[in-house]
Amino acid sequence: MDYATLLQILDSTIRLGIPLLLACLAGLYSERAGIFDIGLEGKMLMAAMSSATVAALTGSVWIGLAAGIAGSMLFALVHGLASITFRGNQLISGVALNFVASGITVLIAQSIFAQGGRTAPLEGGARFLPIDLPFAEALQGVPILGPLYYEVISGHSILVYVGLLLVPLTWFVLYRTRYGLRLRAVGENPASVDTAGVSVRNLRYSAVMITGVLCGLAGAYMACGLQAGFGREMTAGRGYIALAALIFAKWRPWQALGATMLFGFFQALALRPDVVEAVVRVKVPVPALDALPYILTVVVLAGLVGKAIPPRAGGEPYVKER
Amino acid sequence: MPNAIPAIELKGISKSFGPVQANRDINISVPKGTIHGIIGENGAGKSTLMSILYGFYKADAGEILINGTLTAIPDSQSAIRAGIGMVFQHFKLVQNFTVLENVILGVEDGPLLKSSLSKARRVLADLSREYELDVNPDALIEDLSVGHQQRVEILKALYRQADILILDEPTGVLTPDEADHLFRILKGLKDQGKTIILITHKLREIMEATDNVSVMRRGTMVGNVKTAETSPEQLAELMVGRKVLLEVEKGTATPGEIVLKVENLRVRDEAGVERLKGISFELRKGEILGIAGVAGNGQSELLAALGGIHAASGRVTFKGGDLPLTGAGANGRARRDAGIGHIPEDRQSLGLIMDFTAWENMAFGYHTLPKYQKNLFEMDNNAIRQDTEAKMAMYDVRPPIPTLAAKNFSGGNQQKIVVAREIESDPEVLLVGQPTRGVDIGAIEFIHKEIIALRDAGKAILLVSVELDEILSLSDRIAVMFDGQIMGFKDPENTNERELGLLMAGVSGGAAK
Amino acid sequence: MTKLPTWADVVLVPVISLLLAAFFAAIVLLAIGQSPTQALTVMVNGALGSAYGWGYTLYYATSFVFTGLAVIIAFHGGLFNIGGEGQAMLGGLGVALVCLYLPMPHWSLTLLLAMGAAMIFGGAWAAVPAYLQAKRGSHIVITTIMFNYIAAALMIYILVNILRPDGSMDPASARFSDAVGLPKFHDIPILQDLFLKYDAEGALKLGKDGLPSYQRVPANVTFFIALAACVGVWRLLWHTKLGYEIRAFGKQEKAANYAGISSFKIIMVAMILSGAFSGLMAINNVMGQAERLLQNSAEGAGFIGIAVALMGRNHPLGVLLAAILFGFLYQGGASLGLETTIPIELRTVLQGLVILFTGALDIMVRMMLGWFFSPRHAQAKGAA
Repeated sequence: MDYATLLQILDSTIRLGIPLLLACLAGLYSERAGIFDIGLEGKMLMAAMSSATVAALTGSVWIGLAAGIAGSMLFALVHGLASITFRGNQLISGVALNFVASGITVLIAQSIFAQGGRTAPLEGGARFLPIDLPFAEALQGVPILGPLYYEVISGHSILVYVGLLLVPLTWFVLYRTRYGLRLRAVGENPASVDTAGVSVRNLRYSAVMITGVLCGLAGAYMACGLQAGFGREMTAGRGYIALAALIFAKWRPWQALGATMLFGFFQALALRPDVVEAVVRVKVPVPALDALPYILTVVVLAGLVGKAIPPRAGGEPYVKER
Repeated sequence: MPNAIPAIELKGISKSFGPVQANRDINISVPKGTIHGIIGENGAGKSTLMSILYGFYKADAGEILINGTLTAIPDSQSAIRAGIGMVFQHFKLVQNFTVLENVILGVEDGPLLKSSLSKARRVLADLSREYELDVNPDALIEDLSVGHQQRVEILKALYRQADILILDEPTGVLTPDEADHLFRILKGLKDQGKTIILITHKLREIMEATDNVSVMRRGTMVGNVKTAETSPEQLAELMVGRKVLLEVEKGTATPGEIVLKVENLRVRDEAGVERLKGISFELRKGEILGIAGVAGNGQSELLAALGGIHAASGRVTFKGGDLPLTGAGANGRARRDAGIGHIPEDRQSLGLIMDFTAWENMAFGYHTLPKYQKNLFEMDNNAIRQDTEAKMAMYDVRPPIPTLAAKNFSGGNQQKIVVAREIESDPEVLLVGQPTRGVDIGAIEFIHKEIIALRDAGKAILLVSVELDEILSLSDRIAVMFDGQIMGFKDPENTNERELGLLMAGVSGGAAK
Repeated sequence: MTKLPTWADVVLVPVISLLLAAFFAAIVLLAIGQSPTQALTVMVNGALGSAYGWGYTLYYATSFVFTGLAVIIAFHGGLFNIGGEGQAMLGGLGVALVCLYLPMPHWSLTLLLAMGAAMIFGGAWAAVPAYLQAKRGSHIVITTIMFNYIAAALMIYILVNILRPDGSMDPASARFSDAVGLPKFHDIPILQDLFLKYDAEGALKLGKDGLPSYQRVPANVTFFIALAACVGVWRLLWHTKLGYEIRAFGKQEKAANYAGISSFKIIMVAMILSGAFSGLMAINNVMGQAERLLQNSAEGAGFIGIAVALMGRNHPLGVLLAAILFGFLYQGGASLGLETTIPIELRTVLQGLVILFTGALDIMVRMMLGWFFSPRHAQAKGAA
């Protein structure tokens, strides 16, 4: 594998890793607050459909983005209702919402565009366009680093940089702010927050809604950045992979960046059979490559994670003790 | 100061949970700067009443006056604002937070933590000096002893400038020495003008530490007296509604041959920490060996290892043969087959499946017994149901309905189901953990009698309890545990709470046997 | 919250949940400019309006009984098996291998072999996530979902590269021989009379051979195996030591060792049984209907099992009733696809809504009902 190929793969790694990163950070807020969310997948799908639909209809990716976030937050709200207000089973709620999303996205896209459940292809201002970072062209001649900067770091759409910036931001919020302190506390021991006179319900709802916003970004990026439109089941399990990455990262933001980029790298590899074959020196069947990210997810969960202790109150609705 | 305005006045407080009336028309008045005890049996409604005062529950009826002003306390925030602090029986601390983080939680000064943390550090240093409340502000809660965690809870309340401090069963997890230290702290707080409410079911603490005492029984207030003008006997009678025998009747033991021999037993927990550090003792037929100690000093691990629930190392001989301590042979059912019964410490998470019916629970751990099988594949559910009916009658379990789910029985009746199941299986050795925790007095007497009857039938009993009274009145021999070791063996006739307390605190009274 | 009478808890809660799901589905239909009443009419006519419709409804219901039973076995063990889809695909592979390479002289013998193969293949596919959960603590929900994706890729590979007959372009196996075909409802004496064809005047339509002709439906003998499976699972869960242990472990994992119940054994056995029942579904769709192995053979039945299990309140009898209901939704949904412009994905939406209301918002439904059942004075205060 030569340097140019490596750069191409790293470039794809970032592009494919960003939706995972956004979804993973989304899950981080929710799960740190003690609400399991297996429904990242459905929220992303909902956001992808809403953003692509509105972007196609208005021609503005920004209005599309807002619609994507709104669609995702609507689902987040239902998950909040089920798991916070009505103390329901969080796993089941997430699974249910994933099914609803899977069906309703096709239903809506079909009724508007009548293109077999796809939205109309997005063009121009209806998509997130690549941004060239300063001096990318000028520095291209610098050996090794120049092409790295030009090929891998520069030239992504705005949401990629937003996603990357969200990592330090999330770290700061979690460990340096009042909100972060309370968020972590409510996921570990909600009674400590309740007896301190802070509303467990409000905290958890806020976390779930942040999850909605971030899944909205992830879905909008998939439909309006990575690809040019929505297609049925286009998230293809990324919500679940993001959850696996979250466990791998042990619910910490910087580690989430590492974990999602690792999974992004697997997905980038799956797109390059030529490279894989050159490295392993055996012809690899296409379905095996397709399955690669999923297999590696299982391998990571089974083998590499070690002891991952989730937030202690995770998955349990809060009920005052009698 | 009879005319001074009381710090707290509760008028006509009532509260129901569904059909259960937890508090009925409660009136209390607590003068400023006093320590006020509230005593009552488990389930008498003490904790509910205090939770109402702390805004954790909303009363169905009644008024709360703080310093003479009618105060609505719809939530904990309002309670804190009214100057009330509460130390719950189960601490409300975040285990993986530092002391400082726990203290500022909910009362941070602004959106960023930095200034709150440094302010709390200063205030904590002052408070520690003033009230003997030493804790390292940067320690993680999970690394602190229970006594220190309790101090953090008190510091939390003081940091919120509480004038009224409520402590719910604060000594259950402390050694007698630590408890004395706590009472010194409370006295210091009282001298500074703070008002303290102490909830407990231990008569001794009421007599030692309080100025006034209120007695609760079945959700109602049955007495308000000055501590100096009452006696433990009078309080006990008020609590139960009839004269109680604080002593258990039992004849002298006639120990027989050694049936269980434990040598150098060691247990590590999941994190690899050694919880049991080489325990050795012998248990004879026809005797009750009581294990005294503060909760968390290895008693649970000892029961778990002997009961086959937790892997251990060392050597345990039972009726002359070695018991497997690890691997597939070490499980609860194998122990029962061998003749070791087990009444676990926590009936609700170990001893019973709360959603299962009484009859299903009567077979729990015995579900593979031949008498419960219809054929090779199927269980004989009818046989289990009939068996359960008989045992429920023998042990006076109420209501005697085998098809009722375990969670719908009271604590005492749940425990009777477990006791019936384990004793009626006729074990050679019975492991008993906290047999009367959360059990009403009537059931306590019953369970104690059954345990003694089993001893008199020549069986061996290992009794673990954090209630010293229970250990002293039931045991024929007492071993005291501290930090995973046995500090010494004592004869209950020739020892007292003082001596046991020192051993429980790790002060060795002569080398361990 | 007022405690509901048992009958309300068992009957009303699922019914209200279903009505709520239908209500929201109707809103979705209105939002996309379709008529909910027309949709309902088409669905009822298509699924229940004729013996032909019932032949399809019961065919789908048969599959859902198996996947629903699969989910409840795992549920009772405290395990959420979302891998039914993949396990059913693997079960299909087992059935196909038997039908293609081990056909017996009589269909019943082939059926027995195929059942064994389906259960072994489905069980084995569930065993891996089970092992990882038991030994490594890997989150079984995520691993079973991953195994669905992996199964899909594996099936494509096997169909395209191994089982596809020479010259065929379809990613599908060769057709099974006629000898292994299962009797359909229209082949079974007496039962077949329901499927007689009539002409416009109401007279029997006769074939060229002068014998009556029947409408062909996919419902087949597997339906009776599904009924037997319901009884079997009920006996297993409530009348055997294994069932006792599975339920005890599922309720209170921590107490298992106290009673000498091995958590490793229960996780493995419950998941393998669960996978086996998912796999067993394949005798219905692969052997009973398609008569060859197709890509995506399970057609979402594995997922519908979750809704069926929740709707059926975790009981085999409930599973049977819920499976028939979903058979109706499925066949009715197919009619929608044929007769209206409503996309067939409405089924997925309904399925998600049913899971949501029965599984996650059940407390809300109970609170609503409790409000209804409580004495008047409580109504004023609302549910606390």
